[in-house]
Amino acid sequence: MSTQTHEPATTGTALSFENLSVTFQTEFSDVKAVKGLSLEVFPGEVVALVGESGSGKSVTSTAAMGLLPSNASITGKAFVGGINVVNLPEAKMRKMRATDIAMVFQEPMTALNPVLTIERQLTESLELHGLAYGKEATARAVELLEMVGIPEPRKRIKQYPHQFSGGQRQRIVIAMAISCDPKVIIADEPTTALDVTVQAEILDLLRELKDKLNTGILLITHNMGVVADLADRVAVMFRGSLVETGTVDQVLNRPQHPYTQKLLAAVPRLEAVDISGDWQPEPIAPVNPNRTLVLEAKNLVLEYDMRGSKFRAVDDVSFELARGEILGIVGESGSGKSTIAKAVLGLLPVASGVLAVQGQNLTQLRPKAARAVRAKIGVIFQDPAASLNPRFPIGDCITEPMVVHKVGNRAARIKRATELLEAVHLPASVINRYPHELSGGQRQRVCIARALTLDPELLIADEPTSALDVSVQAAVLEMIQELQERYEFACLFVSHDLAVVDLLAHSVVVMKDGHAVEQGRVSDVLHAPQHDYTRRLLAAAPVPEPGEQAVRREARRILLANDNPDS
Amino acid sequence: MSEHQNNDELRGSSNMQSEMGPDGHPVVSLAEVEDAELAKNESQSRSQGQLIRRRFLNHKPAIISSVVLVFITVMAFSSIGFAGIPGWWDKDYSKAGELINGGAPTLSLLPTWLGGSGLAFGESPFGQDNTGKDYFALVMRGTQKSIIIAVIVGMVATFIGAIIGAVAGYFRGWVDEVLMRITDLFIVIPLLVLAAVLAQMVGNKSGSIFALAFVLGLLTWTGLARLVRGEILSLREREYVAAAQAMGSKTSRVIFKHLLPNTVGVIVVNATFAIAGAILLETSLSYLGFGVQPPETSLGLLISQYQNAFTNRPWLFWWPGMIIVAIALSVNFLGDGLRDAFDPRQTRKAKRRKTKELS
Repeated sequence: MSTQTHEPATTGTALSFENLSVTFQTEFSDVKAVKGLSLEVFPGEVVALVGESGSGKSVTSTAAMGLLPSNASITGKAFVGGINVVNLPEAKMRKMRATDIAMVFQEPMTALNPVLTIERQLTESLELHGLAYGKEATARAVELLEMVGIPEPRKRIKQYPHQFSGGQRQRIVIAMAISCDPKVIIADEPTTALDVTVQAEILDLLRELKDKLNTGILLITHNMGVVADLADRVAVMFRGSLVETGTVDQVLNRPQHPYTQKLLAAVPRLEAVDISGDWQPEPIAPVNPNRTLVLEAKNLVLEYDMRGSKFRAVDDVSFELARGEILGIVGESGSGKSTIAKAVLGLLPVASGVLAVQGQNLTQLRPKAARAVRAKIGVIFQDPAASLNPRFPIGDCITEPMVVHKVGNRAARIKRATELLEAVHLPASVINRYPHELSGGQRQRVCIARALTLDPELLIADEPTSALDVSVQAAVLEMIQELQERYEFACLFVSHDLAVVDLLAHSVVVMKDGHAVEQGRVSDVLHAPQHDYTRRLLAAAPVPEPGEQAVRREARRILLANDNPDS
Repeated sequence: MSEHQNNDELRGSSNMQSEMGPDGHPVVSLAEVEDAELAKNESQSRSQGQLIRRRFLNHKPAIISSVVLVFITVMAFSSIGFAGIPGWWDKDYSKAGELINGGAPTLSLLPTWLGGSGLAFGESPFGQDNTGKDYFALVMRGTQKSIIIAVIVGMVATFIGAIIGAVAGYFRGWVDEVLMRITDLFIVIPLLVLAAVLAQMVGNKSGSIFALAFVLGLLTWTGLARLVRGEILSLREREYVAAAQAMGSKTSRVIFKHLLPNTVGVIVVNATFAIAGAILLETSLSYLGFGVQPPETSLGLLISQYQNAFTNRPWLFWWPGMIIVAIALSVNFLGDGLRDAFDPRQTRKAKRRKTKELS
């Protein structure tokens, strides 16, 4: 740790920006990504840079790393440990990376090289910067792995990235970031790609490390819960400029700027979970015998063919979904929640059990009848960038179901498209535009319009808002709710975000490893969970209020301690 | 620390004030800003095709090549006429004439003030062959045939390659296995040998260059099939394909409406390279005597027929050779331009390299 040549003075900042502006030259015009930003990060402090997509938060951090593409022109100053890195020659910048400034990336799956062992990747920067060689470097790497909480580091250091879980990989990425004792770590959405329970663990780790190492952390995130959990200070960015800075308490509890206020209001919040155990559920209303079941699953089993062997993704799941209801399916990645949506859409055959749409069992339908059933199902996918054909104008995208099912003539189709565009609050002129001209939220609204083209009985929404910004997410959710009340379709809402499901759904199925661990009304399951897994899931989801989050963190610690008394 | 002060400063000088919504309030929601921009955006909507055309037109080598290619094609077809329509050149390629000045080219490009004889075409600008045939007419005739063959080969190969690649990539499983093994079979047999044998067989039967072109097309689709298959394999995982399947689209609609149009970049670029390859393949075959048979002629055949004249009458060798090089090169540059237009990331990389060298 004494290898640094120039110790920062106690009053010095680890990272600071002075009037930083970044402009990108693109094919058509110049885009101002960052407009005169000033910000300081002190050693041992976590500053959260929050904002929605296009706010310039990632560009700011990339500028500090000197990794902006060549079409960017940077003005102003960015100091890393007292050295201005703006327009610093590449060779000098390279020397500073890892030793002065390090980065934790969003996607741990791609941040590690799959063909090199963890040992090789961890010792690489140590050897490149001449801090340790050979056995010494390996010993240091083992020490780092121990520090980030990888069990049996001596044995596991010889392994390859695919032998670790996603959370462990992110721990390794963090170990790489701290390997050369940087003055500042930039964590660019470090937990966005992770499940909530893993996210909570990674946040704990980061909190522990910043106290231990006295490093400044610039945390870039869009998740206000993460901010409340980890940050000391918050800087809010909107469209390239800083609109508000302050301590986490100031910004999250008493936001001054209207943008921050709106942003915080848009974050869906889970109502307080009852952990005392004396929750009195509302009396269960008798099931209306006249209700029409739109979707029904009985002992549903779904399997993937993995080169000969079968992998059971969904095992013995049953649920019912009536007209006008929204059923949420929640779970972490790999729980099989999206697989159910796929099966309803006919993209995956049913292995056994019953999956019926309006009483017709999908497994027994002939292809032609199955195609007719498809007309009654609308779908919204997760990624708005990939779910519209880039070569179709918006009008064609929306009317495609009509073309496929041979409904209406051209004039009727155009009329329907304008109607739907109006329903999703987009201008009618969009009809001749192409998907790449629209933002993510607008594209997702086009997807919603497309899903509703044929007045579906059933809407499948597979993580429809997880790729969207908070405020856009709020608008899209509101829209789904509004349209659902207007058209009264049934909706199968698949999501990993418990707060979103809480906001939208009437009933919920909690899934884990292909099994439904708990299901019932949202008000019961999400507010007085009976199953341990649901409790853990709920406890791990951070809330955007620092005080409350501290309480929840403590509650979660107790919950976990009760679960495994040995540890 | 100075957060309070910071906050006040920021609120005072915030650039947010400049962005007002239609009702006079500052716009503070991303969704609203995006919608406002969309509503405001009156500009002509650009489709992907228009963006590509724009980038292509900015690619100088490709534009120069297009001009050269168009010039050669127009010359070849208009000068001696095509399919019974007479051209503006008065000499027949098949009639022997009187040898003038040993058949040397009468074309002169050097102006008089540089010591030349001025800009003049003369009687036979490309010279005459040893029987006194006008070589300009002969070369133009060969160029015509070579271009026809190349275009047909390009179209046939592209069509077969795209279909086989798309079907293999979409269905995967045993369909993919069978189609790709067939592709491998075509690849492992040396192309020139196979083409020579088949062309000979076809040539003996019909003697038409169309049959020859068709056969060559049947042999050269393999590269494109593999590329299209790879592209389709990745595209079929996109959500718009899943959406199309989920709404009940037929397989043919998914392949031809959603998948193939999105591989058009790969297809167009490789079609141009297939054309360039076909010109060279036809030339090689004709040179070896397996391709176009006399009395038909082609550029390769001309080179082969007059290779002995290289020392004493080099023009008989140079003219067809130069035109082959010109066509092949310009088609290749055209392909380069199209590739850069379809995949703008590649051009940007090149730019970055340049700026790094400067700094």
